[in-house]
Amino acid sequence: MATDAPQFPTATAGTREPDGRPSYIAPGQTLRSITDQISALVLGRPTGMGWYASFAFSTLLLLLFMGVIAYLIAVGVGIWGIDIPVAWGFAITSFVWWIGIGHAGTLISAFLLLMHQKWRTSINRLAEAMTIFAVMCAGVFPLLHLGRPWFFYWLFPYSNTMGLWPQFRSALIWDVFAVSTYFTVSLIFWYIGMIPDLATLRDRATTRLARVGYGMAALGWRNSARHWERYEIAYLLLAGLATPLVVSVHSVVSSDFAMSNLPGWHETVFPPYFVAGAIFSGFAMVLVLAIILRKVYRLENFITVDHLDVMAKILLATSFLTSYGYMSEQFMSWYGADVVERYLYTNRLIGFGEYAVFTWIIVFCNVLAPQVLWSKRLRRNQPVLLTVSVIVLIGMWLERYMIITTSLHRDYLPSSWGMFHPTVWDILTYLSSIGLFLVMFLLFVRVAPLISMSELRGMVPGTHAHGEGR
Amino acid sequence: MNPPTPYYGLLAEFETPQAVLKATRRARREGYRVMDAYTPYPVRGLGAALDVPRTQVPFVVLAGGLVGAISGFFMQWWTMSRDYPFNVGGRPLNSWPVFIPIAFEVLILIASLSALFAVLFLNGLPRPHHPVFNVPRFTEASQTGFFLCIEALDPRFDPEATRQFLEGQGAKEILEVPHGAP
Repeated sequence: MATDAPQFPTATAGTREPDGRPSYIAPGQTLRSITDQISALVLGRPTGMGWYASFAFSTLLLLLFMGVIAYLIAVGVGIWGIDIPVAWGFAITSFVWWIGIGHAGTLISAFLLLMHQKWRTSINRLAEAMTIFAVMCAGVFPLLHLGRPWFFYWLFPYSNTMGLWPQFRSALIWDVFAVSTYFTVSLIFWYIGMIPDLATLRDRATTRLARVGYGMAALGWRNSARHWERYEIAYLLLAGLATPLVVSVHSVVSSDFAMSNLPGWHETVFPPYFVAGAIFSGFAMVLVLAIILRKVYRLENFITVDHLDVMAKILLATSFLTSYGYMSEQFMSWYGADVVERYLYTNRLIGFGEYAVFTWIIVFCNVLAPQVLWSKRLRRNQPVLLTVSVIVLIGMWLERYMIITTSLHRDYLPSSWGMFHPTVWDILTYLSSIGLFLVMFLLFVRVAPLISMSELRGMVPGTHAHGEGR
Repeated sequence: MNPPTPYYGLLAEFETPQAVLKATRRARREGYRVMDAYTPYPVRGLGAALDVPRTQVPFVVLAGGLVGAISGFFMQWWTMSRDYPFNVGGRPLNSWPVFIPIAFEVLILIASLSALFAVLFLNGLPRPHHPVFNVPRFTEASQTGFFLCIEALDPRFDPEATRQFLEGQGAKEILEVPHGAP
């Protein structure tokens, strides 16, 4: 891919600050070089063949997704393998998977900001974008699962001629509020964070279309010191609001399961276990995106190997939290006195005629595979890190699949036992939803600043008259 | 409408954040009040140097959060126990613990929307046109330039004296900001 953007020295792997601290920005960067490199990704760089090819592929996937949805709406959820007792199949699995992926974005952008973790600066924008697109994908699935998706607005409390209200005591309605709030707040946070960068693009735009487009999106931002004062406070407050929100969202998602009294779902460990799993899978997705983007768009100056290293550490830590969830579930079923529950968890482990094979794949993907990240050399080895991340993403999808199918297929009454067999439509709906994510993400890298320039400028040494940091 | 001043103000460009901070402090000591600084990222201390009053944003967000929490809870209490009483598993009609999650979500939603609209409204945005944009060089304010603009409305403003003052602060360039296209 040819580029007419100016070339800059690229950081070598393992560059360190002189005193040995990790380096989250390549040495020698100036305000000018940051602005030039990042805005050139959008304004200067010609749209390459690689982008077109990826976009064509993703659009085909998206079209397939729309086709599958059209068929579903025309025929009904009977095209899926769901039955009684396993009434929740791929759709709810994919919903939990997608929304879990989104959680790492909010965690990076909001929680790490509150914790003064400077390494968030070059990855927060793309992680937030990932959040928004993942939540969009997630939101589709419960709606499709409704059976009559065109009545989705019945989920909202509005004054209707039926004289009915949603049942607010149901965790499923909590989900509606949690997910829609999460989407809205993530969008606000992302947009507010992007306003100064949109102003930069407006000021650098060479075509009238770009100038007017970015100008409207920047809302007339003029970098006034008086504006910055309010902006920083508002940004910090939003981070403070988004952090408990992200914990609440997956806790509410877990309540969809834990509030029922089904063996395998009725667990007090579910909220923290789900939140940990969400962050785990989300960091895996951020790593996949960061490793690919820094290579394709030559962002090694800003997304350094130290970034990947510290994210790999979080991946390892959250792997342990998730493993703790697995063990706690097994322990409680053994320690408790419920025969049905004990049977169910034993069945998960040794019921090879049913779903036990998934349990052991999950143990490999989510517990064993991340252990290679103990090695610093492997944490900084991008192919290894990419492989582990993909394995974790697969493992986390299977984990939700296991939780849903194993618990539903063996409940209290042996007469109501059954099995779930996915149909081709189940698989196509899940796989093609990745097309929606990819299309959105490819458009994002083409039109929006991929890395926060205004925040990176504050990372350049000597940019603060006194004190350090944002 | 005829603007009361021949031009909007004098815009001085500085090379470093330290220089614009020093110049702003000096300008304030000289008695200038109607002025603003423009920097490509938030520079520590500039707000204090300009004597920006404490922002109202946190109070708006707090109010939004309270409104959200109360209305979110009230909506559930009223619909579930007053408008359409419905016995679910023998729970009390006002089963308040299960109303907490939605009240919390509405709290966060309204507080976040308040933060968005508060920062835009208090900053007077969206405002696509502003006199400082009339200076071509001002495009650097979002990239690498550090600017201080002393506005002509300032009672201490004097075209010559103010220009000399800004020159004395080591400004790279001093530009007149026109009011706009006639």
